[in-house]
Amino acid sequence: MSAELLVSLVLLFPLVGTVLLFAFGRRLGEPLAGVVGTLSVGGAFAAAMVVSADFFTGTGTAETVRWFAWLPALGVDIELRWDALSSLMALVVTGVGGLIHLYSIGYMRGDPRFPRFFAYLNLFVTSMLVLVLANGFAVMFIGWELVGLSSYLLISFWFERDSAAAAGKKAFVVNRVGDVGFIVALMLVFSSFGTLSFDGVLDTAPSVLSPGTATAIALLLLLGAVGKSAQLPLFVWLPDAMEGPTPVSALIHAATMVTAGVYLVARTAVIFEMAPAAAATVGIVGAATALFAATIALAQSDIKRVLAYSTISQLGFMFLAVGAAAHVAGVFHLMTHAFFKALLFLGAGAVIHGMAGEQDMARMGGLRKAMPVTFAVMAVGWLAITGIPPLSGFWSKDEILAAVFGLGGLWTVLWAMGMLAALLTAFYMTRMMWRTFFGAPRWAEGVHPHDPPMSMRIPLVVLAVLSVVGGLINTPWRLGIEHFLAPVFAAVHLTHPPEGSTLLVLAAVAVGVAVVGIAAGIARYRTEHAEETGVWHTLGRGYFVDDVYGQVFARTGKLGAAWLAFRFDARGIDRLVEGTGSLTRRAGLLLRPLQTGFVRSYSAGIVLGAVALLAWFLWRGGVL
Amino acid sequence: MVTPGWYMALGAVLFVTGMAGILLRRNALVMFMSVELMLNAVNLTFVAAGRELRVIEGQISVLFVMVVAAAEVVVGLAIIVAVFRRRGTASVDALADLRG
Repeated sequence: MSAELLVSLVLLFPLVGTVLLFAFGRRLGEPLAGVVGTLSVGGAFAAAMVVSADFFTGTGTAETVRWFAWLPALGVDIELRWDALSSLMALVVTGVGGLIHLYSIGYMRGDPRFPRFFAYLNLFVTSMLVLVLANGFAVMFIGWELVGLSSYLLISFWFERDSAAAAGKKAFVVNRVGDVGFIVALMLVFSSFGTLSFDGVLDTAPSVLSPGTATAIALLLLLGAVGKSAQLPLFVWLPDAMEGPTPVSALIHAATMVTAGVYLVARTAVIFEMAPAAAATVGIVGAATALFAATIALAQSDIKRVLAYSTISQLGFMFLAVGAAAHVAGVFHLMTHAFFKALLFLGAGAVIHGMAGEQDMARMGGLRKAMPVTFAVMAVGWLAITGIPPLSGFWSKDEILAAVFGLGGLWTVLWAMGMLAALLTAFYMTRMMWRTFFGAPRWAEGVHPHDPPMSMRIPLVVLAVLSVVGGLINTPWRLGIEHFLAPVFAAVHLTHPPEGSTLLVLAAVAVGVAVVGIAAGIARYRTEHAEETGVWHTLGRGYFVDDVYGQVFARTGKLGAAWLAFRFDARGIDRLVEGTGSLTRRAGLLLRPLQTGFVRSYSAGIVLGAVALLAWFLWRGGVL
Repeated sequence: MVTPGWYMALGAVLFVTGMAGILLRRNALVMFMSVELMLNAVNLTFVAAGRELRVIEGQISVLFVMVVAAAEVVVGLAIIVAVFRRRGTASVDALADLRG
């Protein structure tokens, strides 16, 4: 098969799956709808695997697959871009996405809207593929918005719960704030380049853009990325999004949607390179978010919320990397994070599934013996995210921090913040593990924890294996991803980690920090009653940022809406409309008597009118 | 000598007669006949003026008026008959249901 056809298939498989599931999902029923959904994503993964084989051997060339011209006036075509970066993203999205589909067959068993869930999941994967495969800002924006839509549908999937409906709405609205930045950036790009195609923009950026315009575009793109990737200050939607079913959390918050921001910055690396101030802003936002979210994760009692803040924190690392122009390290961490965070989310889902819906770690404990498989895979995820070699998290996180350290200056501060965040990561993940799996059981009455069924177990094991070996494809001795992505970033001066003894020292420090964090966590949570009051309360509520936003933005917004609805609309617009009505009625009342119903009086009127006209004309003519 | 002025005068007299009939009579049938009278008064004026000015348009207009009048009679008479059957009267003052 030709490469063009295969690339098209990567997108067409989930697209057809989505259409099928929306049209015939209910007739397919359970579990067939899940199988169809899984196969469509699996098919896309297989196609992506085949067509990206050449990239692995280093003989691949970037392809552009043109489907059709969409808006000829703007030069916008529906085109797919297949280069190393988009192929890697497509592989992660379809690979991890496929595993999550498989897992969902078991997790969503018995749900009354089982087929609909898979329709939404497939729609999400399709949207994400549109986003990463787009060969231009316009089509990418379509994917960007589709991702927002499908995440809304998935987060509020159990919309019977008010909190789930509100969480979906919140995610959608907060993302809109970022989207404004994206749209304005698009306008600036179009007015500068006269095209929105990546080919035209990225190749000619250095000669077309002035430094000021480049900075403006980069900062606006950053605003969009911050919204999608839940960075400071637009992170508030992600923790609430845990209201969705757990596989959704794994899909949206580990492998796909939240990585869109990182992908966007990496894709437009050329523009960010021209705007050092904007790139530094990306790094600062990333480091600040990494540290900030890690402190909040320390004090969460809901197992999924720990992972939610952990995700925000890890995305901060990725932003730090792409801000420091260590794009390969950022994308590498994006990939390993997709593995181990999906694993952790799905493992948490297995715990919740086994505990009959319990999410509060205060009522867990001692699950190690009841759920040995879940414990084993969660332990892998735990060690991977804390950065214990040779698991995947170590390689990617260490590469980021080393590269940032190598830049010196301001970046040294950001490196220190990242290190601190890594320490806290090790601590809160250990806390989560110990609260969940160790100690005496604190289960509620009638709960019988058990390991999940086979359809959930297989994805867990596969992801665990990937979390272990996933990092080995890019070690200092064997720069797999580095070579893989090299053609994409050929025009960018990438930041590389320092070499030799510096790298070894940095790695040793990183491992030491992880070990210290784990040890401190174990020391604190070995005993049953670790006091968590005072500052822990502030952390647990996320520094009250959400409450402040609620008061400042949501409340004023609601007040404004109420004023518009009950004052401006009811008293302004309605009065205007009703005034028109009553004016007409009054005029009618006034004129009614003219309509006597007697034909002869009408004819008299006609005669009088005719006589009057005649008189007028005669007078005008000078006869009278 | 009968000058065109006489025709004009006769047309005016006929027209005013018809108009008076419409304004003063209540019977729909009589009003109808008055309308015909007015139309024919106008026809007379057209022909006279057309002949005086040596143009054909006067006679053409008359043909049009006659066609319209015929069509009007068909519809109008049908309505009057239908109303009379239903109401037992053809007085237009009794048909004042559309009073505002």
